[in-house]
This record gives sequence, C-alpha cells and structure tokens, in this order.
Amino acid sequence: MSPELAAIVERAQLLTEDLSLTSVRTWKQAVAGRKAIGHMPIYVPRELIHAAGMLPVGIVGAGDRLEIIRGDAYFQSYICHIPRSTIELALTQRLDVLDGMLFPSICDVIRNLSGMWNILFPDRYVRYVDLPQNFDPQAGGTYWRHELDTLRNDFVRLTNRPIEDDALRRSIAVYNENRFTICELYRARSLRPWFFPVSEVYPILRAGNVLPPENHTALVREYLRLAPLEPDRRDRDQSRVVLVGMFCEQPPVGVLLTLERAGCWVVDDDLLLGLRWITGDVSCDGDPVQALVDAFLTQSAETAARYLPDGEHGRALVESVRRNRAEGVIFCAPSFCDPALLEQPMLIARLDREGIPHTQFKYSEDTGQFAVIREQAGTFSDSIRLWSEA
Amino acid sequence: MNAAPDRRVPEDIRKEHSMLLQKEMIASHYTALAHAPQQNRKVVYTFVPGNLTELLRSFDLLPVLPEINALQSGMRKLSGDYIAEAEKYGHSEDVCTYVKCDIGMLKKGNIGPTGERLPSPDLLLLSYTGCFTFMKWFELLRQEYDCPVAMLHVPYQAEGRILPHHVEYIVEQLRSEVIPKLEQVSGRRYDEDRLRESLRLSAQAEDDLVWVLESAKNIPSPIDAYFGGVYYIGPMFTAFRGTAEGVAYYQALRNEVEDRLRQGLGPLTPEGVPEKERYRLVVEGPPNWTSFREFWKMFYDEGAVVVASSYTKVGGLYDLGFRHDPTHPLETLAEYCLGCYTNLGLPTRLELLRQYIYDYRADGFMINSIKSCNSFSVGQLLMLRQLEQSTGVPGGFIESDLVDPRYFSAANVKNRIESYLQMLEQKRAGATA
Repeated sequence: MSPELAAIVERAQLLTEDLSLTSVRTWKQAVAGRKAIGHMPIYVPRELIHAAGMLPVGIVGAGDRLEIIRGDAYFQSYICHIPRSTIELALTQRLDVLDGMLFPSICDVIRNLSGMWNILFPDRYVRYVDLPQNFDPQAGGTYWRHELDTLRNDFVRLTNRPIEDDALRRSIAVYNENRFTICELYRARSLRPWFFPVSEVYPILRAGNVLPPENHTALVREYLRLAPLEPDRRDRDQSRVVLVGMFCEQPPVGVLLTLERAGCWVVDDDLLLGLRWITGDVSCDGDPVQALVDAFLTQSAETAARYLPDGEHGRALVESVRRNRAEGVIFCAPSFCDPALLEQPMLIARLDREGIPHTQFKYSEDTGQFAVIREQAGTFSDSIRLWSEA
Repeated sequence: MNAAPDRRVPEDIRKEHSMLLQKEMIASHYTALAHAPQQNRKVVYTFVPGNLTELLRSFDLLPVLPEINALQSGMRKLSGDYIAEAEKYGHSEDVCTYVKCDIGMLKKGNIGPTGERLPSPDLLLLSYTGCFTFMKWFELLRQEYDCPVAMLHVPYQAEGRILPHHVEYIVEQLRSEVIPKLEQVSGRRYDEDRLRESLRLSAQAEDDLVWVLESAKNIPSPIDAYFGGVYYIGPMFTAFRGTAEGVAYYQALRNEVEDRLRQGLGPLTPEGVPEKERYRLVVEGPPNWTSFREFWKMFYDEGAVVVASSYTKVGGLYDLGFRHDPTHPLETLAEYCLGCYTNLGLPTRLELLRQYIYDYRADGFMINSIKSCNSFSVGQLLMLRQLEQSTGVPGGFIESDLVDPRYFSAANVKNRIESYLQMLEQKRAGATA
C-alpha cells in the first residue's frame, strides 16, 4: 500500500476507534466558543448544526472497543447493544465534549434513550427529533417545518448567534458535496470493488461522523484518488452482494472483513445511512429551511425506520441489486433491532418474487466470534457462484 | 342491614353484573365481526393506543384491534402455536410477540377468540401512537391484505406537554388522510354531529372509569387496578367508547365498586376476595397474558393489591383530567392520541408513577418488564432506581412477556415477588420497631 493511502486509512481508523472524541475536542479547542452536537442514527438535519457554527458528531455506540460495566445495568438483556454502550460512553465522560444530543425517531429504543438522557444529564441540551412519517407537504411538511424552526431557534440560543439563511444555504451546499462524494465512492466500489476493500471504505465513511463535512469530503476524495492506484489489487472470483440492516447499530469491522474473506464483494450497503439519507441534492435556492423540508419529504432513503406510503417494501433493495449487478443480498441486522428485523420478512418476500438469492444472520456491535458468519457467508457466496455458472 | 359478605366464594361461581355485561358486549362485538361480510358491514383494523373508535363508529364501521386478539389468544393458550407459525414464516424470535401472534393467527385462518373467523379488513387504520412497532405491524399486514391503509402519525410527547403544532398536525392528517379514507370505505359522509354525540358519551363513561380507578385510593382498595384493571379498561379501550353500551357498563361497574366500598371489601379476584390487604402496590408495565390468572394469584396469595398501574393508561390518561370534548371533535381526538401513556416521555412517566405512589399510599412498586415491548421496557431499570431514590419506596423488578409462553417462568416470577414482598415486610417491621 502506498504511504499516502496508508496514512489516510490509518487516520480514518484512528478517528473511528477514538471513543474519547479527541478530534472533536481538538476542533473545539482551535477556536474559543465552538460547540459540538452529538446525534444518534439515522438522520438529523446536520446542515442546521453546521450553519450554527457547530460540529455535528454522529454517535453509533462503542462497538467492540469498550467494556460495558455500567451500561448493562440500564438495559435488560433483550434490548439491542447500542444504547448500553452509548450510555457507557456518557457515564465515563467520553461524551462530555458534546454540548447537546439529538435523538432521531428511529425506534422505541432510541426514543426512550432520549428520555434517559434527560433524566441522567438534566443540565445538557437534549432533543428528540421526531421525524414525520407523513410525507404530505401540507401535513408532514408543515409539521417538519415547525420542528426544524424549533431546532434552529434552539441552536441560536445555544450559540448565542443568529443562523442566517445564507449560512444555511452554504451548509446545504457543503453537505450536498459531501453526499455526492460519498455516492461517488459507492459507485466506484460497485464498479471495481477489489480497489475499495471494506476494511478501508468503512473507516473512511465513518470518519464522517466526527470530521467537519468539508474535511470529510476531502478525505473521501483523496481515498477515491489513491485506492485505484494500488497495483496489487485485482479482481477475484467473489460474489457481489448487498448488505442490509446495518443502518443503526454498527457491526464490528471484523464482521465486514469476514464477509469479504468469505468470498463476498460488498457492492452496496446501508451502513451509516445517515450520511446519505437524502438521496439527491438539497436545493440551495430560496428558503433554505423549506429546502430541507422538501428534501426530507421527497428524497429520503427507503429504509425500515420510515413509513412507505405506497407499501412497496423492497423496491429500493431490488433496484440496488440491479443497479450494482449484485448476485445476492445478505441481511445482517443487530440482534433485537425492531426496525430491521420486522422489515426483513417483507424484503425477503420481495427478493423471492424477483428470484434474488439471500441469506441472513444477526450480530451485536461487540460480537467477537466470526466463524459461523464466515461459514454461512462462504456457503452463500459459493452457492451464488455455482448458480451463476449454471 | 347488609348480610356479612362471603369473602371465600371464588369468582368461578360468582360473577358481578358488570362482568356478565362485558362478556356479552364483547361476544356480541365478535359475532358482529364474524357476520360483517354477510351484513355488508365494513371493518377497520386499528390499535388500542390512539384508537379513533368514536370516529369509526360515526361511519358505522366496526373496529378490530389486533393487540386484543393477541392477548385473548394468549389467555386462551393459543398464542404459542401462533408465534411458532409466524417464526416459521421468517419472523425473528427477537421481535414483538403481539405481531407474531397476530401474523400466526392470520396464517392459520384468522380465527378470532370466540372461534369464529374474523373478517379481513376493509381498511388498515395505522394509528402510530406511542409504539414504533405498530408501523411495522401494519406494514406487514398490508402485505397480506388487499385494502387501503390510512396512516396517522402521532408525535411523541418528549417534552412532557402537548404542543399546538402537534395537535394541528394530527387534525390535518385526520382531515386529509383518515376521514377521506373512512368516507371511501364506508360510503358515508363525515357527520360531525354524530361524532360529537359519541364523544359526549365517551366523556360520560370516562368519568365513571376514573371514579372506579381512583376508588383504589381507599384502604382497603375495593379494586385491583392492574389485574382487575385490565377488565375495567376493556370496553373503554376497545370498541365501546362513545356508545350507550359503554356508558351503561361503566355505570354498572361504578355501582358495584361503590357497593364494595360501602362494605369495606377488597377486590374481587378469581380466587375470591383477599382476607386482608397486606401490601398496596403500584405496577408499571403490561401483564403477562399466557399465565394471567397464575400471575394474579401470586399477588393474591401474598395479600398484595395493585392500587394503580401504568398499563391501564395505555389507552388514555383520563385520571389526569383528559376527557373527550364534543365541542372540539377533531382536536380532542388529537389530544387523546397524544396523551396515551406510551406516548409520554420517560420523565413524565416517572413523575406519574411517583405521584401514584404518593396518591395511592403505596407500600411499594413493581415493574413487569416485557421482553416484547421496547416502548415500555427501555428505561425501566433507570426508572426503578429513580423512583426508589425520589420516594424512598423500594421497587421490585420481574421479567416476562406478553403472549409468548416461553418467557413466563412461573417459579422465577413467584420467587421474585415473594422475595420482594418479604423485603417490604422487613422494611415495615423496621419502621415500627
């Protein structure tokens, strides 16, 4: 690997592994008065945070890098893992650098976690971001506009400075660029996945949770430039798969590496979906808050955590399979993840109708044993290749 | 002068008038459902929290509540097979067992609790109130039925108060989404006067329900506000709010409780009336349905009476003063939806339980944490600690499930209840020593 590429991958890995959010502390210390706002998956309007001069920080638990000592005392065994490691991070002061936390309405766990935050940290800014499940402009649009105006006012109070429309338009443009660049990376990986191993792509993406978006865009671009220059990276006889179910609690990187080593090229996924929740550009013209509203109503990703008015579950997944020339789908959802696991039978039914092979397993962010996953994914990959040859 | 009450007569042979009334009401509702297709009556599937029964009735539509079917299946020992059936179709063992019980029942022919086939829905009214799983549940049902869906998104009361734009959002959805679809399905125009009349009846019954629930402030309590409470809320939370039958039921129930109060009697349970009210408890969380009677008996055997519970508020917090208001029909429906217990932020839930402990002079509180229900369960361990801290009253914690018999360990639950009550006893002895 070239020293340049090794350097940016290592930087991204360090950012991903740094549970103390050192980079966020450094960013805040660089200019007096800077603030950072944390947010849980999946979607929050980061443009508003950015326009307020604050740093949006995506929090996705602690993965397999933190021993849970106090967090387990807050959650029963049948609740997913991300809230317990997130609480552990907070109770061990690792999240003290954050000046507030946003909890978007993804499921009842994250919803109730917002209330726990209110109780445990009464002096901090906490907001439950109740995304509309009605996508009609008059109903859901009016409601969401009100919620965004409230958020904007909250941020004005937190920073003690106004958020000008022009500043918000600039932030919208910054995030348009960031999403476009991330999508470029996805397109490039889909074309030649051997140049973009998941061990690199994942930390490069995840760095977007803590870096200012301008810096993250630059990082992704640099990676996109350097990775295809690696002479040793060649196509192998692997199956092309789409991963589904990883939009909230993240798998340990070991799971992703295992899939690749088991013979799967990941050509699309829903990892860290919040980074590209809005599937196109948000308008930089006119009323910028309304532009965010309109984008949410008309360009939100189709995923398990949102209502689909037409009931066409699996449409986006099948499109992804076709677009990325995938040969199969791997459902890998966190244990006890209501949205992903309740959605799964609908997606499977759709894949079956379309004749698309699939397999499924569950993980927890601190899963440490990958042998079964490797065996299952390897068998799946082999069977796909056999069918393809037939 | 009244004869001395017989405390030992088991409920198997002693049914109060209200119980018989409720049984008849429910049976007739299921019969009406079973014959709905022949009688050309239209059927709407919807959920208990945030249900719009008055609105549905104003269109002459019959409600079906899948949670009620699931809990009935649980009580009739049918849910285990239904859940297994759903898991056979690929539904995860990790998710809500109400959903799986319902899907399993559907796959096995949709035979309702009374043994008759339930009609397919003419409309799925997805009232997304206080529970994310509701949305996925009806998305799953939508794959099974060829019928329209009306989605009503009810925002969460994270800030502990109803905000005007939340009410406006719900009213707009009622006007633009729900009512047009009800008109389309029923073939009737929206009749606001009819709705107002129904809401007036609701408020009347709600007054009596609140009186009954608050009768538990007396010592001894004439009711059990959890195990008995689930029967008391039955008509109110399901198909009978806003009906003359509902009003009659709550009047009868109130009369009976008034009578028990006059006689100084404790609650009527399946085992009879407890000899003595030894412990007054507040309970958070839904009950287990598969071993409901056994679960109740564990409390009865120890002389533990539940004087207030959060579960009996999932279909509305009437005891905090809410009444359906016929003068603002759509707004009052919106406020009703917003105010259901599981739609309240955790700090609000905590404060409510704290208030119950004081107002009902409880000796302790117990949390029944339900594996299936993240809406209730997430945060309960924190609530336990916070409540103990703020009230000085010890809390107990047990775990079970709604309708999955695999998750009710009778010996373990009994052991925990007994240990907890022994602790209360020791605390009491210590206080008087």
